Amino acid sequence: MKIHEHQAKQLLAARGIPVPLGRVARSVDEAVAAVRPLIDESGNPVVVLKSQIHAGGRGKGTFKEHPDVRGVNVITDGVEGGPSATEEAVRELAKKMLGGTLVTIQTGEEGKQVNRLYVEQGIDIARELYLAVLLDRATSRNIVMASTEGGVEIEKVAEETPDKILRAQIDPAIGLAPFQANELVHRLGIDGEAAKNFARFVRNLADAATELDTDLIEINPLVITKTGEVIALDGKMSFDDNALYRHPDIADMRDETEDDPLELAAKNAGLNYIKLDGTIGCLVNGAGLAMATMDTIKHVGGEPANFLDVGGGATADQVTTAFQIITKDPSVKGIFVNIFGGIMRCDVIATGIVEAVERVGLEVPLVVRLEGTNVEEGKRIIEESGLEVTNADSLRDGAEKILELSAP
Amino acid sequence: MSVLVDKNTRVLVQGLGKTGEFHTDKAIAYGTEMVGVVHPTRAGTEAHFDGETDHSGVPGRDDTYSVDLPIFATVKEAVEETGANASVLYVPPPFAADAIMEAVAAGLDLVVAITEGIPVADMIEAKRYLQGTNTRLIGPNCPGVITPGECKIGIMPGYIHERGRIGVISRSGTLTYEAVHQLTLLGLGQTTAVGIGGDPVNGTNFVDCLKMFEADDETEGVIMIGEIGGTAEEDAAEYVRSQMSKPVAGFIAGTTAPPGKRMGHAGAIVSGGKGTAEAKIEAMNEAGIVVAETPSDMGEAMVRALG
Repeated sequence: MKIHEHQAKQLLAARGIPVPLGRVARSVDEAVAAVRPLIDESGNPVVVLKSQIHAGGRGKGTFKEHPDVRGVNVITDGVEGGPSATEEAVRELAKKMLGGTLVTIQTGEEGKQVNRLYVEQGIDIARELYLAVLLDRATSRNIVMASTEGGVEIEKVAEETPDKILRAQIDPAIGLAPFQANELVHRLGIDGEAAKNFARFVRNLADAATELDTDLIEINPLVITKTGEVIALDGKMSFDDNALYRHPDIADMRDETEDDPLELAAKNAGLNYIKLDGTIGCLVNGAGLAMATMDTIKHVGGEPANFLDVGGGATADQVTTAFQIITKDPSVKGIFVNIFGGIMRCDVIATGIVEAVERVGLEVPLVVRLEGTNVEEGKRIIEESGLEVTNADSLRDGAEKILELSAP
Repeated sequence: MSVLVDKNTRVLVQGLGKTGEFHTDKAIAYGTEMVGVVHPTRAGTEAHFDGETDHSGVPGRDDTYSVDLPIFATVKEAVEETGANASVLYVPPPFAADAIMEAVAAGLDLVVAITEGIPVADMIEAKRYLQGTNTRLIGPNCPGVITPGECKIGIMPGYIHERGRIGVISRSGTLTYEAVHQLTLLGLGQTTAVGIGGDPVNGTNFVDCLKMFEADDETEGVIMIGEIGGTAEEDAAEYVRSQMSKPVAGFIAGTTAPPGKRMGHAGAIVSGGKGTAEAKIEAMNEAGIVVAETPSDMGEAMVRALG
């Protein structure tokens, strides 16, 4: 699960990690109202207005409706004009940003609607670094990744200058040891007051990753100020969905407006569904087989409309819901059900399909391929239901059949 | 020979909910030596299983079975009383990593974790706990391990398997069944099929299994089934290229998966341009592994690899 920058900073601040002062705003008035208290508290006449969406590249991104407005704006009007000039500038920008569609390198062409802004104090930056905590699958440990190349895309750094990326493994029983933090300080060339602050920052960040069950914490950039403060200027966090049960406060931070409505409905039903651009709906058990089914549809010349894994222990009800979700996608011209029963029994799938069709009807061709646990029972249920179903003998056979039947 | 499990494997089941009960019954029907249950709240009682024998499994048994498995409060006690050397876990995700550690502490040779949805942080701890012990963990989030005709631990349908010459390794449950089914239809059969699981942190990886199959006299070839995410397939390809004498075929799922999206399995995600199907297929091709174009061609790919 992803959260917004302002939420991530709130979680970081609660764990002793310095972040800029800021206020979240859901309306133009709230954004304007945030300005004076922020300037009073920070003593800095500069404020930054940041779009809150679940995608990176906001600083360089622009709005569809206002191509001259960027996703993140530094407002310096207050330096000479005082707080009221800042308020005016915030008002004008917020009007364009709120409700606008921000297109960044990560949103795709369609962009994302901005529903909230973060109004933040300006920071005097001396140096920008990159810092992240993420899982290293090769060692089965979380690692700290750090780089002197802050504020740019880390993938690019990894590609072009891999030696500029430093790594430190986090022992789950110990956390990041002080010597590891000191080594990072040394190799990043941080000195003076900032060295102490950075070491504390990175150890707190490592602890936060473990305590909060994050998939990823990325601070890009982490900044060192002219007075040696170390601050998370940006903050991106995503969480291990499987661990959210022990963090109800974080689970509550979910912004459902960021999710695709069909994906959200599937998630709430305990299904793994991802919408794609094609025309062949797929209902499959098992993630690997679901991916391979998409691949095979593509291989025989079609385009999958979705990834859908009903999982190992799905009930007939869940299968019905899965069917409803697939048929709600107007681009679906045919459905391919591909089941190899292990933990999932073919009779359960068959019952779910029959119930779904009875409940929601079926206007597109349906190809079903069943194999594995209780397959005979499953085939019997479908046969006796009188549904118009084409049977397939193998994955490839099924993909070819649904492609033919769904051809315009 | 075979790897990991055989007719001498004595299996405990940890967690006996609906799923655990269903698959314990199927395992007994197959002929697996199930010797006990660990379930603290039902300790001191017995779990009863009866039904018709699955004759695709261990040969030479009666047509029906009726078994009462003793239930224990702890793995340690169950091991002392039954002489078990393996366990299979159907424990719910919040408690599963702890159950793995309990099995490791009890000194079992093999722990097979079927459970899907264990928090990564829990698995990081469990993996650390495993270090320096002699226990091998398979999974989590996997279908299990089967040596056809001898021992079935997990949730795979037994009847699609047939004892034969090929070792199977896979991150995906249902794709394992596809491969096994095709190998059976082609008359190649399997020595052992191992589901290593779809999570980013798992107990056993491709290279571990390739080593075991390379050393196993009965195994003549290996099929490895991977998917997007991580670099375990690339590591496996490097091992095959430099160390392996036996022919290897393979398949990678997720060519059409969009980047940044988690495709069902917690570990199946292309992030930052890493873990793509293309990179894995390329590494495997370069290592001389015969890569199937679709999952329906996995058996054929194995035939070609055998030459």
